[in-house]
Amino acid sequence: DSTTLTIETSIPFTSHNCEPPSRTLETTPKELMTFFRDMALMRRMEIAADSLYKAKLIRGFCHLYDGQEAVAIGMEAAITKKDCIITAYRDHCTFLGRGGTLLQVFAELMGRQAGCSKGKGGSMHFYKKDAGFYGGHGIVGAQIPLGCGLAFGQKYSKDETVTFALYGDGAANQGQLFEALNISALWDLPAILVCENNHYGMGTAEWRAAKSPAYYKRGDYVPGLKVDGMDVFAVKQACKFAKEHALKNGPIILEMDTYRYHGHSMSDPGSTYRTRDEISGVRQERDPIDRIRKLIFAHDLATEKELKDIEKEVRKEVDEAIAQAKESPMLEPSELFTNIYVKGYGTESFGADRKEVRTVLP
Amino acid sequence: KEMTVRDALNSALDEEMSADPKVFLMGEEVGEYQGAYKITKGLLDKYGPDRVLDTPITEAGFTGIGVGAAYYGLRPVIEFMTFNFSMQAIDHIINSAAKSNYMSAGQINVPIVFRGPNGAAAGVGAQHSQCYAAWYAACPGLKVLTPYSSEDARGLLKAAIRDPDPVVFLENELLYGESFPVSAEVLDSSFCLPIGKAKIEREGKDVTITAFSKMVGYSLQAAEILAKEGISAEVINLRSIRPLDRKTINDSVRKTNRLVTVEEGFPQHGVGAEICASVVEDSFGYLDAPVERISGADVPMPYAANLERLAVPQVEDIVRAAKRACYKSSSLAASA
Repeated sequence: DSTTLTIETSIPFTSHNCEPPSRTLETTPKELMTFFRDMALMRRMEIAADSLYKAKLIRGFCHLYDGQEAVAIGMEAAITKKDCIITAYRDHCTFLGRGGTLLQVFAELMGRQAGCSKGKGGSMHFYKKDAGFYGGHGIVGAQIPLGCGLAFGQKYSKDETVTFALYGDGAANQGQLFEALNISALWDLPAILVCENNHYGMGTAEWRAAKSPAYYKRGDYVPGLKVDGMDVFAVKQACKFAKEHALKNGPIILEMDTYRYHGHSMSDPGSTYRTRDEISGVRQERDPIDRIRKLIFAHDLATEKELKDIEKEVRKEVDEAIAQAKESPMLEPSELFTNIYVKGYGTESFGADRKEVRTVLP
Repeated sequence: KEMTVRDALNSALDEEMSADPKVFLMGEEVGEYQGAYKITKGLLDKYGPDRVLDTPITEAGFTGIGVGAAYYGLRPVIEFMTFNFSMQAIDHIINSAAKSNYMSAGQINVPIVFRGPNGAAAGVGAQHSQCYAAWYAACPGLKVLTPYSSEDARGLLKAAIRDPDPVVFLENELLYGESFPVSAEVLDSSFCLPIGKAKIEREGKDVTITAFSKMVGYSLQAAEILAKEGISAEVINLRSIRPLDRKTINDSVRKTNRLVTVEEGFPQHGVGAEICASVVEDSFGYLDAPVERISGADVPMPYAANLERLAVPQVEDIVRAAKRACYKSSSLAASA
């Protein structure tokens, strides 16, 4: 089906130091259906991770992305895998968007060999270098200079590609953001700083942490765009715009107004610092999947039953991946000592009891 | 032929930049100013501003950018004006650089060099005078190199730049101007030293002295004095703090049966402490005397010249400790 549909983003873009892109854009039935399916898959994956965590099959930290799916999907729709993405610890869906598989996700979460980092990284450390995904970073804000460094590499290598460095509203107040942004602007690096503003840095509301929560303006001399991050088309349009801008003029900030339904991490019920009404209000009025569902119905592209069937398929896919992940073996103890260095020069490394466990690093 | 450590470092950078277009330099004053200590002199003219980048005075920002560029496959050489300033960026050295290869199961290696002067210079006070060898060497994933001579500086810096892993390269400001003899082999552009191998600077049979950076020179002076008093000291230039050449150290101690460790850093949890532990674990039966540790005093560096002298090891401290290990001195406990 090659029909094109003309649609409008939910609201106009608000801009800082630049002319905003048009809110009118074209899409196709195929794109709409793909967005629906991909976001439903992400949603289902995160809900399943929640259950696995509660069943104690996932350890440690686990930060879920449900509610924010439109950012990952809209961004991917605007760029190629030669462009780079780097993000913080809420990284499962970004990884999936880059072409990672459900099996790699669940196996990593369960610490199995088939995980994307062979089980050595965990929830916060997913990578897919062959598709330009550089993690998966656990230290708030650190991924921003790292992303600008990727952009430096792209410019240095004359690759004509860009890097999207994602961070939350919590990290938006970090000093290293401003250090890296200053350098990126001085050197015209093709860096796009994407503030996923889900309005809470852990449990601290944005206005309690930021004197100015208008994050798209916080770059001062760097242009910015405020985007409805719950509208996948707005995200796509903004990312396309930002990529063109960055290749020509250097860095730009995109503030994605989004929302996480889950708490900050699994230890946070997410209800002490915000009201249940607030959460259900966003679900009812701004849910990114629901928005696409409505567009699909408005254009008569599928019936309710057909979308339900897609959701069933997605659920099956997730369940199958979990079953496969559970079959994946645990790591060999010898893996404890691999990947410390690329070149270990035959030096010794030690286990907890060095008389018992010592090995030579290749 | 002689060469200063400064020229050795400069020529190593020059040759590696010329050999590999992915190598670039970044840091404060490395370009137009020609380097705060002139290590990068002439390189901006030769390689241009795309490869020699002056940064603002924002370590967290430019170090993070350097590590990101290394993720992408470039080979950054990041200069810290002194390693004291690397504290502003230590998260990127440890969490972003050292751990990525492991966390990603080998997907993201980080071929980067962090270099600059480390430890005490002269009269610059507490915040500019700390040795970070023990700090960085405590972290798996990093390699930590400490050149002493011009040969070390050339061979180790070239090895560091060619290495696929993150390397912390600790220089010493007071050595930059010192000249050392260099062979034709050392001057050849293919010259490179192995990482993780110590060098026996002087052979001896009575006592082993381990040292790195500037303290190698002091230990060699101490060995001269000891020789006149009939004590034959073996001086080991560690060159690499991580990986640590435990074999060379233990082999030497098994021969001499006595050990003095020397470093400028703080004593607690220091490089000497680790060497001592290694020898106690692997060569306990060979020791004929308690291990002696010479280190910086356990105080922040004072400014006053007389106090500063008391805070850093002197040649006579090494001599005294070696004699003590050889039971050649009565109790000369320093009464400060």
